[in-house]
Amino acid sequence: MIPELGLAALWLAAALAALQLAGGVLAQRDHAADLAATVRPAAIMQGLLALFAFLMLLRSFVVTDLSVKLVADNSHSMKPLIFKLAGAWGNHEGSMLLWVTVMSLAGGLIALIERRLPERTMQATLAAQGFVALGFYAFLLLSSNPFERLPVPAVEGLGLNPLLQDIGLAFHPPTLYFGYVGLSVAFSFAVGALLTRQVTPEFARVMRPWVLGAWVFLTLGITAGSYWAYYELGWGGWWFWDPVENASLMPWLAATALLHSASVLAARDALRSWTIMLGVVAFSMSMVGTFLVRSGILTSVHAFAVDPERGSFILALLALYIGGALLLFALRAGTISEGQRFAMVSREGALVFNNVMLSATLGIVLLGTLYPLLAEAFGARVSVGPPYFNPVSAIFVVPMLIVMTLGPLLRWRHDNIDRIRLPLAILVAVAVSLALLVGLLASIGLLPMLGLVLSLPLAIAAFLPLVGRRLTRVPLASWGMVIAHFGVAVALFGMASESAFTRERLAAVAIGGTERVAGWQVTLEGIDAVAGPNWTALEARILAQRGAGEPVRITPQARNFWTPPQQTTESAQITRWDGQLYAVIGDQTSDGRWQLRLWWKPFVTFIWYGGVLIALGGVLAIVGRVSGDLKRRRATRRGATRRKERVGLRGEPSAAGDTA
Amino acid sequence: MKRWTLWLPLGLFAFFLGLAAYQLTQPKDEFVPSTMIGKPLPRFDLRAAADGLPGVKTADFTDGKPRLLNIWASWCLPCIAEAPHLASLREQGVEIVGIAIRDRPEDVARFLATHGNPYMRIGADDLSEVQLAIGSSGVPETFVIDGEGRILHQHIGDVRAADVPELIGKLQEAGQ
Amino acid sequence: MKALIALFLAVAAVPLAAQDSMPPAPYAYRQLDDPAQEAAAQALMETLRCLKCQSQSIADSDAPMAGDMRHQVRTRIAAGEEPEAIRAWLVERYGDYVSYAPQISPVTWPLFAVPLLILIVAALILRRRIGGKGGE
Repeated sequence: MIPELGLAALWLAAALAALQLAGGVLAQRDHAADLAATVRPAAIMQGLLALFAFLMLLRSFVVTDLSVKLVADNSHSMKPLIFKLAGAWGNHEGSMLLWVTVMSLAGGLIALIERRLPERTMQATLAAQGFVALGFYAFLLLSSNPFERLPVPAVEGLGLNPLLQDIGLAFHPPTLYFGYVGLSVAFSFAVGALLTRQVTPEFARVMRPWVLGAWVFLTLGITAGSYWAYYELGWGGWWFWDPVENASLMPWLAATALLHSASVLAARDALRSWTIMLGVVAFSMSMVGTFLVRSGILTSVHAFAVDPERGSFILALLALYIGGALLLFALRAGTISEGQRFAMVSREGALVFNNVMLSATLGIVLLGTLYPLLAEAFGARVSVGPPYFNPVSAIFVVPMLIVMTLGPLLRWRHDNIDRIRLPLAILVAVAVSLALLVGLLASIGLLPMLGLVLSLPLAIAAFLPLVGRRLTRVPLASWGMVIAHFGVAVALFGMASESAFTRERLAAVAIGGTERVAGWQVTLEGIDAVAGPNWTALEARILAQRGAGEPVRITPQARNFWTPPQQTTESAQITRWDGQLYAVIGDQTSDGRWQLRLWWKPFVTFIWYGGVLIALGGVLAIVGRVSGDLKRRRATRRGATRRKERVGLRGEPSAAGDTA
Repeated sequence: MKRWTLWLPLGLFAFFLGLAAYQLTQPKDEFVPSTMIGKPLPRFDLRAAADGLPGVKTADFTDGKPRLLNIWASWCLPCIAEAPHLASLREQGVEIVGIAIRDRPEDVARFLATHGNPYMRIGADDLSEVQLAIGSSGVPETFVIDGEGRILHQHIGDVRAADVPELIGKLQEAGQ
Repeated sequence: MKALIALFLAVAAVPLAAQDSMPPAPYAYRQLDDPAQEAAAQALMETLRCLKCQSQSIADSDAPMAGDMRHQVRTRIAAGEEPEAIRAWLVERYGDYVSYAPQISPVTWPLFAVPLLILIVAALILRRRIGGKGGE
């Protein structure tokens, strides 16, 4: 009964999405259309129904209802509760339901509270939101029904794979979905604004928190994924430019650009069609990423949904949403003036420059990711990897970092480079002395060198906007910018330092033997056999001592799982403020020694600290913007009430207040 | 802004859609084909992988007779599956030279005792050197070599019953 | 993300059976004694694709064949061969697929032409948007 309730709710929600779409479209033709009044309530109800459906799925997983195919395939009655819950979205159908649920709730929320835009624009926005949701409902109901029943209930579930019982794996995918949903809301706003030709600063302000939210989630998702790859894959790599990673990076790049162009639109009423374009691009990148990952056409080995039907369905949705939006853009954008041109030396000049650089970088990543696919269509197989992505994206990223260092120091509208001569001189001096210092002490590659040299001035410059201001009076949103930019500098420093100064030691070590790597003495004390619930492992007892410091024991493992049979390396790290010692135990050699892999990675942790700081900056900006909006709303409401009271005192009809 | 530039994003997107749709319809193979087809075998000289059978060197392929070169290993499951088909090729007079990848003599001997021996000679490639030199990326793979030691054809994966006539055909082509 | 990869790998778990029991090649897990040579080898290995495990370089794979390829790279570097010559040797055998560093060829020229195009378009857009009189 419970799964059927969920399914019914899903059908109802789909019907409401259709109503929302029809009402929103009719409202464009005729203001008085009866259906127009139903748009907001339909959006709210649709969100609640989707939530209900998702709760029903969760319930089926919690009670392990084995007559539901999805539960039988992905869960097990003996699983811990938290992994039963996570199992609900750890598969294709459930994750799509989670996605559409969050998306509908977001749509319901804007229908409930968003009153700043003209009503026609809001209706167009909600129509777009309904359109997007309808596609996902069709996908779920027609080809990926999460509530499908088995003709005969299974005796036990198939999903007791402890490899998947990882708290990181449970919460990593939803993080990305939340990011994608935020971008879908931005997309709907962009379409609504374009349809009604209301590309205004107000539109940018309304859209901005959603973009910020998406951006925070995407940042966290990418950071967590990178750290996971680092400790789990056993070779100390933190970014591989592999298609699945690129699929998560591309929406992030687009969201970053959108965030900044929306700021220009909000502050200066310019970059109108550019912002609309980015709104469409950001959402399309999340759809393209989903398509690439789930259709299996790129990462054939990581076959998740090697189901051509699913792939075609996502592709059809992509064509509908993005093709439709781009067609609308081509037809409409010509009638929207782009707004003012900018002075080169100005805040918005810098923002525009970096927007273009970010978009160019996005173009490079997209090209490099899709190119093997294109070459394959012509019968050739090529690989595009770090040796391509690093230097080619640097062409755009390096100028961007330089402008990013200076941009926040500039004033809006028009500025003079002379005014910032002093900070500029200091930053250049820091960069040059750093370059000389590093150049004299070590010989490192050009890209790590650039990264190091740019990171320190950027870190300093990030805080310069605070100079001369009372810190308690600085708006939260400005703090957000400061922290996020500082986070970029921190991450950049970590990346450059790791690439430039990592020390590696691969050795076959006898028990009791000692190896040295970058000031550490590492002794292999012994090898023990240990066992887990479905694995056995060889565990190395390693004593690591840095200089004359306190020795620390770490225990990397080489694990053998038997269901499914699989080998994994469990690396072990020792974290210091200035880096990490990374140890992996390998096989035994024929003469009885053990393969030991050791790395000293200076400041590698800064990469992820930086990611967290960037996300924190985003959170501060959201809190700052939203609380500002709320304050303004309260103020206008108070003003309106006061006006009404005054009008009431004079005994005039109250309608006069509305037109004032 | 000129009007036509506004259509550019749509055009690029349509291009992507076309490419993605085309690739969806294509069967996905995960093989990395060798680009050594048509080129002579590289020079190598491998010790015998099992007692009683000679090792393999490049000169063994230049006596004018086309042969099959089978890259295999005793630890590889599909190699068991293809053993009867190699045997049937052998029965039809095809000469098969084996190269055992990363294998121990006792394991090779056990495999041959269990699954039969279709090979004239088997070389031991302990470091996958010959495998890399001929552009093979896995086990099992079967190459057709002509009488002058040139690589004519690569069959990736285990040899199935349906592949036997094709391989014989390739060998006959090579003999002409 | 890699986390997703693991999920997929675990879902489509490949049986372990196709694994040999031989010890790894001598230079699969051993560095060259000369630090300069080892650095050159490491730089090259990071740009060569592991053929058995997609989306990984041979420098970060535990597949035996990746180990054998590392052995080849290190011994050839130690014998004085140039890294690019080793890459060319592998590309001759496996095509462009084996190298993560695409070289300009009839197949790959768009990879280099398009960034140039993007650069030009970026410059044009910036010229359109920036450089007018300040303010209005």
